[in-house]
Amino acid sequence: MLAKRIIPCLDIKDGRTVKGTNFVELRDAGDPVELGIRYSKEGADELVFLDITATVDKRKTLSELVRKIATHINIPFTVGGGINTVEDVSVLLENGADKISVNTSAVRRPELVRELAQNFGSQCVVVAVDIKLFDGVWKVVTHGGRNPTPLIATEWVKQCRDLGAGEILLTSMENDGTKAGFAIDITAEISQSVNIPVIASGGAGTMQHFEEVFTKGFADAALAASIFHFKEIAIKDLKEYLQKENITVRL
Amino acid sequence: MAEEKTQHSTSPASLSFGEEPSAGFGGGGEIVIIKYNAGNIQSVLFALERIGVNAIVTDNKEQILSAGRIIFPGVGEASTAMEYLKQRNLDKVISAARQPVLGICLGMQLLCKHSEENNTDCLGIFDVNVKCFASSHLKIPQIGWNNIYTKDKPLFNGVKSGSYCYFVHSYHAEINDNTIATTNYGIEFSCALNKDNFYGVQFHPEKSADAGEQILKNFLSL
Repeated sequence: MLAKRIIPCLDIKDGRTVKGTNFVELRDAGDPVELGIRYSKEGADELVFLDITATVDKRKTLSELVRKIATHINIPFTVGGGINTVEDVSVLLENGADKISVNTSAVRRPELVRELAQNFGSQCVVVAVDIKLFDGVWKVVTHGGRNPTPLIATEWVKQCRDLGAGEILLTSMENDGTKAGFAIDITAEISQSVNIPVIASGGAGTMQHFEEVFTKGFADAALAASIFHFKEIAIKDLKEYLQKENITVRL
Repeated sequence: MAEEKTQHSTSPASLSFGEEPSAGFGGGGEIVIIKYNAGNIQSVLFALERIGVNAIVTDNKEQILSAGRIIFPGVGEASTAMEYLKQRNLDKVISAARQPVLGICLGMQLLCKHSEENNTDCLGIFDVNVKCFASSHLKIPQIGWNNIYTKDKPLFNGVKSGSYCYFVHSYHAEINDNTIATTNYGIEFSCALNKDNFYGVQFHPEKSADAGEQILKNFLSL
């Protein structure tokens, strides 16, 4: 049976892994290549690297980092952060990325999703959707959660699917960094409204949170960062727990 | 596309690996990855590097047909890929191969008879058709780790039946006499095929952790 995936996420700034709360207050969490290797050995099903560096040299350093990661890791990995063009993606794939993730750039120009799907196939295109509650309505936010948009989360996700997105990485800004659990209701609503896989993100604090997001949130995969970086939960323990809870995982 | 820059070592492949005598890997010849417009070639190259093997990426007919092993990878869309292969006569080159050939993902599907993906006639090595997953409750593509239930074949030496491998696909090969492993995603389908010197796997061994690495090693040792 297809297993539910556990995906550690590494936010990269200037070549280091960082993690903050609600997308601010960054703290250092180590070397991304070392962390990537550690996670792949510990049984992570995939890795996501999101580059949040904002310098001019960024593209070159990112492709070098991607190459280093790719030579060492025998599980799939996704790279995101500042991808605006087909050419940006070509460079990352040439250096060994398996998938790429777009976020703000897709909101700014939705056609980008179609161009990427046509050039590289839907399987390669993850659309990261950051959402926040505004008067009881989940709307899309961009620029790492700083900028609100008028887009309704459920509608934007469907549009992404129609444009050729292969997967949705859904992050609730209300939950991100809080360790109080995933946003179950909206994850369930979105996962059941599109027939492409949904990766739930934001809020993981305990093993029960993962169990909930799979059983009640109908997520296909769950992503987390700090609880793995700071060894609060070991991937193997998490998977053993989920298996006991009758969730199919790769052990 | 990416392939232009993926020319790796053009020297004869370094065939040493672990305790194996070097001549045992790749049948003593070069390991060639077919260069075409549907590659995720870099991942395959890195995976081979991790097991100590250098491969050559090429669309040169002589180089392909004189290789010890041929790897035919692929992600993308079937009709565009077939069109590209035909334009360059690579369809005939692949069919003429007498050394072990490994089709991966789309590469495997192109070795089949026909694909529902844009109604594409494929190479017809495996006498089996490729169909779309048709289910209202399944997510398509299938993305992630699923079990492979293997027959007792050299390709699976040291790989337990039921091992997890990584899949990304919307189309699947049906089951027939060439099936050497199956996976269930709503229905049972062929996740690995073999006929004579031709092998195909639907999953990505280059991204399937230890099980995938073992399958690649096995292919190189056939």
